[in-house]
Amino acid sequence: MGLEAYIKDTGFLTTQVNALIAWARKNSVWPMPMGISCCAIEMMAVGDPKYDIARFGSEVMRFTPRQCDLMIVAGTVTYKMAPVVRKIYDQMPEPKWVIAMGACTSSGGMYRSYSVVQGIDQFLPVDIYLAGCPPRPDNLLHALMMIQDKIGKTKASQFKNITIDDGGIKVPELNVIQNN
Amino acid sequence: MDQLENEIHPKILEALLSAKNDYTLDDALENEMVLNMGPQHPATHGVLRLLLRLDGERIIGCVPELGYLHRGYEKMAENMSYYEYIPHTDRLDYISPMANNVAWVLAVEKLAGIEAPKRAQYIRMMIAELARIASHLVAIGAFAMDVGALTIFLWTLREREKILDIWDILCGARFTNSYTRIGGVANDAQPEAIAKAKWFIDQFEPNLSEVEQLINTNRIFIERVDGVGVLSKEDAIDLGFSGPNLRASGVEFDLRRNVPYLCYNEIDFKIPTYTEGDCLARYFLRLDECRESAKIVKQILDKMPAGPVQANMPKKVLPHKDEVYSKMEELIHDFMIVNFGINPPEGEIYHAIEGSKGELGFYLVSKGDGHPWKCKIRSPSFNNIQSLPKLVIGHLISDVVAIIGSIDPIMGEADK
Amino acid sequence: MDLNTLIPQKLKEKFPATDFVISDYKDELTIKFDKIFILDVCRFLKTDVDLLFTYCTDITAIDWATRKNRFTVVYNLFSLKHSFRLRLKADVDELDCKIDSVSSIWKGANWQERETYDMYGIKFNNHPDLRRMYMPEEFEYHPLRKDFPLMGVPGSLPLPKK
Repeated sequence: MGLEAYIKDTGFLTTQVNALIAWARKNSVWPMPMGISCCAIEMMAVGDPKYDIARFGSEVMRFTPRQCDLMIVAGTVTYKMAPVVRKIYDQMPEPKWVIAMGACTSSGGMYRSYSVVQGIDQFLPVDIYLAGCPPRPDNLLHALMMIQDKIGKTKASQFKNITIDDGGIKVPELNVIQNN
Repeated sequence: MDQLENEIHPKILEALLSAKNDYTLDDALENEMVLNMGPQHPATHGVLRLLLRLDGERIIGCVPELGYLHRGYEKMAENMSYYEYIPHTDRLDYISPMANNVAWVLAVEKLAGIEAPKRAQYIRMMIAELARIASHLVAIGAFAMDVGALTIFLWTLREREKILDIWDILCGARFTNSYTRIGGVANDAQPEAIAKAKWFIDQFEPNLSEVEQLINTNRIFIERVDGVGVLSKEDAIDLGFSGPNLRASGVEFDLRRNVPYLCYNEIDFKIPTYTEGDCLARYFLRLDECRESAKIVKQILDKMPAGPVQANMPKKVLPHKDEVYSKMEELIHDFMIVNFGINPPEGEIYHAIEGSKGELGFYLVSKGDGHPWKCKIRSPSFNNIQSLPKLVIGHLISDVVAIIGSIDPIMGEADK
Repeated sequence: MDLNTLIPQKLKEKFPATDFVISDYKDELTIKFDKIFILDVCRFLKTDVDLLFTYCTDITAIDWATRKNRFTVVYNLFSLKHSFRLRLKADVDELDCKIDSVSSIWKGANWQERETYDMYGIKFNNHPDLRRMYMPEEFEYHPLRKDFPLMGVPGSLPLPKK
């Protein structure tokens, strides 16, 4: 992220550099599978030979948040699990995106009960809501393609936590683990 | 130690530190470490939190913590009718969803006194066995992947996709299909589904052997899981183990044979049993069970009788949609059943089936209403995880992964 | 002899002072008695050579909400030798919400009693480790009681900030 932050969005050459970096970034989105329940099985199915996610550049499902840019929250998030999800989200470095996979994460789903968070957007900023219970693997691939479009159109100056002033770039503190 | 007390709840800390050990050190915590194998972990098969107390790399204390996926199933069951609850039961053991549906409708039918027709029972048996194969394929794949053999996972998932295709043709959803209904199944099995099931069973056995050949003689795999996590026969029965884990410890017990339900007494199958009780025995047992289930499905496909797939009890079983739209009686019955429920007589029952993880049972108490007064789900994974502290103590951290993989817990049903 | 008649007969011989209420609804034998005898009866059922109820399938409780004895603790037992299911029930009052723990008899009863405590608030005497099972430790209510609403009490469970 360091180099392109120096680029101010003007000029033909800099927009081409922006486009190149965006193209590289969107074709190698590394997902962080926050697989909690049934939707996690469909996420596993996206990785299997029939609905190959490797052709999108995303089969690197590393379970460590420090190396990922996309968090796929797959499964019902309960009140007990919510601080854990938030902690993992905070540990991911910028830029990051979130897919809320399935009905349970979008709005609580079929579980209107005392222990289920009725939608993860109560504590996480969500980019794409994916409907289905569970969504078919094709749906998840569609969501991935939409995220790729979104990444492809984002310019460097729109990323959060970066301020460019005359003294140079102010790099954000690399994500202190929050004690909430 | 202070920071420890801030992060772990005092009661859990007390349970962890009270583990007995035979080390006599002046300062008990000099060499020990508490490791949190947290809810988000690639190898814990879901959201299971394990607090491990380590001496070097050897484990001397283990406290599992559940509840990260507690969705309030039992409370929701008290507020919805028996029919409305069928999709919820899908999400219990979400790797073999059809089996949970079958368990629920069998329990409700026992409570209400309904008998499903023969063809429906055979179809239910077929889908329950296919669900067992699907679940064991994932269990084998995930177990091998945890131990390090990544290819197995992809190959078994490829086979599983074929089963999901069969279910897709049968009822429209490849996963979490609420196919069974009280009094039968939702719709008849189409000829394409039956043909695809036949094709699948024919090509399943050679593919499974191909998968086996990759790791069965691999020295690294065998040395990693042989003799790890041994549970003796008496301990297994005492701790409430069930399913493949119990049979791998030497107890020849299977609910399909000992307390038969559906039409299992008309089908001929063996119960594989191993006596060693370690991870390798559980792995081999699951492979054998896959083969037995394939044989059962083949017999079912040969013996499937023709006939209706829903019982003809208008006051308790939903009538067919064509009749609801055209005849008055059926419309009234449909209205009453959907709005007020099937109103079984007052009483209580417990019914269990042999799910892929063990004994999946429902304890239902009815007060004559359309919704249960109490519903308790006896989930096999909950009781299986209870044995983890006993299995894990004395082993290394890398064995914990193998042991959890071999017990094969599913947190959706363990946490309800 | 059929187990349905053998078990009540044996129990009446061994414990003549207790009052057993036997019922047989849909071929399932249910025996109800006073909660102070639970340990002795369970130990007898497990160790008697003819019966051998070595498998504790399930322990749970029912909340009747309006009766005098508000809760009923239910034990589902199973005998591997005879493939026979048995159910034991014991009433527990709301004010004296305690019953003896059977985790010394079956080790598998440990977590099931913890779950019953978490969901209903029934305390088990001499339980080695009575903590909550599903809800966080700081949670003050017992969810499966009939006076606890389905959507929960707002604010009883904390949520991280956005």
